[in-house]
Amino acid sequence: MSTASIPDDLLLRDRFTEIKPPLAPQAAVIEANRCLNCFDAPCTAACPTHIDVPGFIKRISTGNLRGSALRILDANILGGSCAKVCPVEVLCEGACVMHRYNSEPIQIGRLQRYAMDSFQATGEELLTAPRRSRNVQVACIGGGPASLACAAELCRHGAHAIIIERNELLGGLNTYGIAEYKLRTSDSLREADMIRRMGVEFRTGAAIETAEALEELESEFDFLFLGVGLGAMQRMNIPGEDQKGVLNALEFIASYKTGRLREMAGTVVVVGAGNTAIDAASAAHRLGAETVYLLYRRGEREMTAFDFEYEHAKHEGVQFLWRRQPYAIRTNERGRLLLDTVQVNEIDNSLLPVPNSEYVIECDYVIPAIGQSPFAQLVQELRRIELRNGIIVVDPETGQTGNSRYFAGGDCSNGGREVVDAVADGKRAARAILKIAEAAYA
Amino acid sequence: MPDIRVHQFAGRIDAPNPFWLASGPTTNSGEQVMRAFDAGWGGAVWKTIGNPITNASPRYSSVDWNGMRMMGLNSIELTSDRTLEENLRELGEVKKYYPYHPIIVSLMVETKREAWHEIVQRTEDAGVDGLELNFGGPHGMDERGMGSAVGQVPEYTEKITSWVKEKARTPVLVKLSPNVTDIRAIASAARRGGADGLAAINTINSITGIDLDTLVPQPNVDGVSTPGGYAGPAVKPIALNLVQQIMSDPASALPLSGMGGISNWRDAVEFMLLGCGTVQVCTAAMHYGYRVVEDMAEGLENWMRTKGYSTLDDFRGLSLGRVADWKSLNLSYKIVAHIDEQTCIGCDLCHIACWDGGHQCIHMDRVSGPVNGQVELHDGPPTVEFRSRNSIATTPVTRQERAAAASNHGPYPTPLAKIPRVDETECTGCNLCTLVCPVDECITMVQVGDSSRAETFDQRSSGSELAVEPQR
Repeated sequence: MSTASIPDDLLLRDRFTEIKPPLAPQAAVIEANRCLNCFDAPCTAACPTHIDVPGFIKRISTGNLRGSALRILDANILGGSCAKVCPVEVLCEGACVMHRYNSEPIQIGRLQRYAMDSFQATGEELLTAPRRSRNVQVACIGGGPASLACAAELCRHGAHAIIIERNELLGGLNTYGIAEYKLRTSDSLREADMIRRMGVEFRTGAAIETAEALEELESEFDFLFLGVGLGAMQRMNIPGEDQKGVLNALEFIASYKTGRLREMAGTVVVVGAGNTAIDAASAAHRLGAETVYLLYRRGEREMTAFDFEYEHAKHEGVQFLWRRQPYAIRTNERGRLLLDTVQVNEIDNSLLPVPNSEYVIECDYVIPAIGQSPFAQLVQELRRIELRNGIIVVDPETGQTGNSRYFAGGDCSNGGREVVDAVADGKRAARAILKIAEAAYA
Repeated sequence: MPDIRVHQFAGRIDAPNPFWLASGPTTNSGEQVMRAFDAGWGGAVWKTIGNPITNASPRYSSVDWNGMRMMGLNSIELTSDRTLEENLRELGEVKKYYPYHPIIVSLMVETKREAWHEIVQRTEDAGVDGLELNFGGPHGMDERGMGSAVGQVPEYTEKITSWVKEKARTPVLVKLSPNVTDIRAIASAARRGGADGLAAINTINSITGIDLDTLVPQPNVDGVSTPGGYAGPAVKPIALNLVQQIMSDPASALPLSGMGGISNWRDAVEFMLLGCGTVQVCTAAMHYGYRVVEDMAEGLENWMRTKGYSTLDDFRGLSLGRVADWKSLNLSYKIVAHIDEQTCIGCDLCHIACWDGGHQCIHMDRVSGPVNGQVELHDGPPTVEFRSRNSIATTPVTRQERAAAASNHGPYPTPLAKIPRVDETECTGCNLCTLVCPVDECITMVQVGDSSRAETFDQRSSGSELAVEPQR
């Protein structure tokens, strides 16, 4: 795998200017100096990977940028992408004591990016512990953030880890599923490459889909880490859903990020109101769609998207249609899509259509973004791994499943959270594996 | 309306206000001094004249702190590089247009009686209001036997002052160098020499820093640096201490023009409270321009109005009686820290400061339950830190999770677990916590017990009376 697989697309770069541009050096120092350097800092406590935030910020203020970046990477190997994609408003920056000091929180995300950018510019490799002779062998299934973090942590402590990814490129949703104005595909790939250079072996284009394949892995490796994410997007289950012009949000985001879809025109309707729906709606607008609707069966107050994502979408010009549900997709004689919708009211937790409120939206694309269904197929093959609502049940401290050789982390065990949560899961699992291995050798 | 005019300073100098520009780059020419008077300065001490010199460049370096520029300014600029004639001609012109603004001329010549007589005669003929003898310049001139080379030896100071006084018709101020073991030895020598007043302090010997790429200290003059004179806000505490020493010593005390790090009216009032009749400013005007005087004059007036003072003499020197030797402090005065839960922001800086730099009595135990007295019974900072770094935190992705996270607060704006608690049985009252707390008035020192039966170290050892009445 190399970062050259997806060349930087200038048109894409132009359309998806970053929503959080980098800080200039002096601005970074001024911002860093605002930090109070709290002890037992709430930002650090709020970060799922517990990055030493005051520690890395103070290093920026003294010009110790290498130390700053290493401090970040020590806690979070994907510190570079997390700096860009983390919902800092509800994590570190949300916890900042500055909120109670009559002042804006420290711009932790942008400072973290500043440190990571400067480290990446040096091209320095991360040091790993020397491989031990009787080292523990771990296979991480799925090439997203959870597996990358797990494998990197193992590798840093002298263990041997491989990552098995069914796609051509590593990075999981960091590569295929995050809005381009937040994280560029090339950034995700560069991060994965850094982990490969640490000594993690990547096997791409290799799907593990049978019990035999799993048994083979079991014989080759001491432990298996499942970082398989969630499965395909949920279907709307309405007539006409499979025709041209209807594509689910993740497929849509992956298409434009990998250069398969470079332009859109006309009217786009995104169905759903989560963060992925917002990403898709904003992207459709930036790709050229004149009108973008976001259709949600509940109201503004019920939407699951973060407040800042909602604000962002409104600024992008996305129009919101509340309490409206699609029930069929047809085509008209000019080949455009006709989305049949109806107003719904929520009564006693069920959505009831309002009589005579049917309305047809003529559009060119329909993008369902109504959540991912849990990926359970693979592990259903395995005995002794408990699932609950399709989510792998793990010990939260260690990520260990009911089967002591199997660990899991990321969306498949936490039900779908942020990149930083996946990294934290992967790191915890790696530490637990190292502890077990150490005890076994001792 | 409070009157901030200066009357008869050092015998004969009147000024519209006590804010004078100190001898330095801001008083280098007539054009500058006139603009300064227009901006509101009450007087100016003309940049030191004598034999013109050639300056080196760059001339300055500074200490920045926490993103702020020029907390301290270091200068290697010497005295005026313009001729005596030029300086005196401009000076006479300024006096013509500004007869009520005092101009004091700073002088420095070689240690010869005739040389001093001549320059005194020529400057006074030009129409100055007073003379300031520069015995303090720490850099460059001392290598030539002038400036602090004179100001560090009491005998020279006394001798030259008396030479000047033989000739002078206007008040003579001696400017003192802080680069001495006991500034009172020099101040009293100037007094014995007949000085009418003093000016203090001159700049402090300094090397501000070293460039870590070139390894050359700043300022870098073609690969080499030289120690300079340090000024700016950083030196104010040193200056205040020296001013207090001079003004508390009956053998030294004279009308004093105070300076050293004065950046605003508050600083100026502090110098006056320790007995200064006027104050001088240089670095602040170099940093922000002459206009800094506007707030100085207004601020002083407004403060005087609030306090009910009508002239500068009403409050001059009032704090001198509130400084005493350590042995006169009341050892029975007992205070403890109190944290206001409503304003605490939960930074825990008081906790770590108390454990690492204080007396281990501010604890993070509001949730687990207070334990008083025994340090060993409390979780120390490493345990507190370890606990939170090993907790499991997740992103609140759903509305319910976010609402739950936001409501997890308790009775105060900051979660109870993050508000430190003072163990009053162990608190020594050192007050480090009040200094590190970023929030005004969040931590206060509260008096406990009865300190009316004051006892000082002096009394303990000798049984004498209390020198300073305890404040209530």
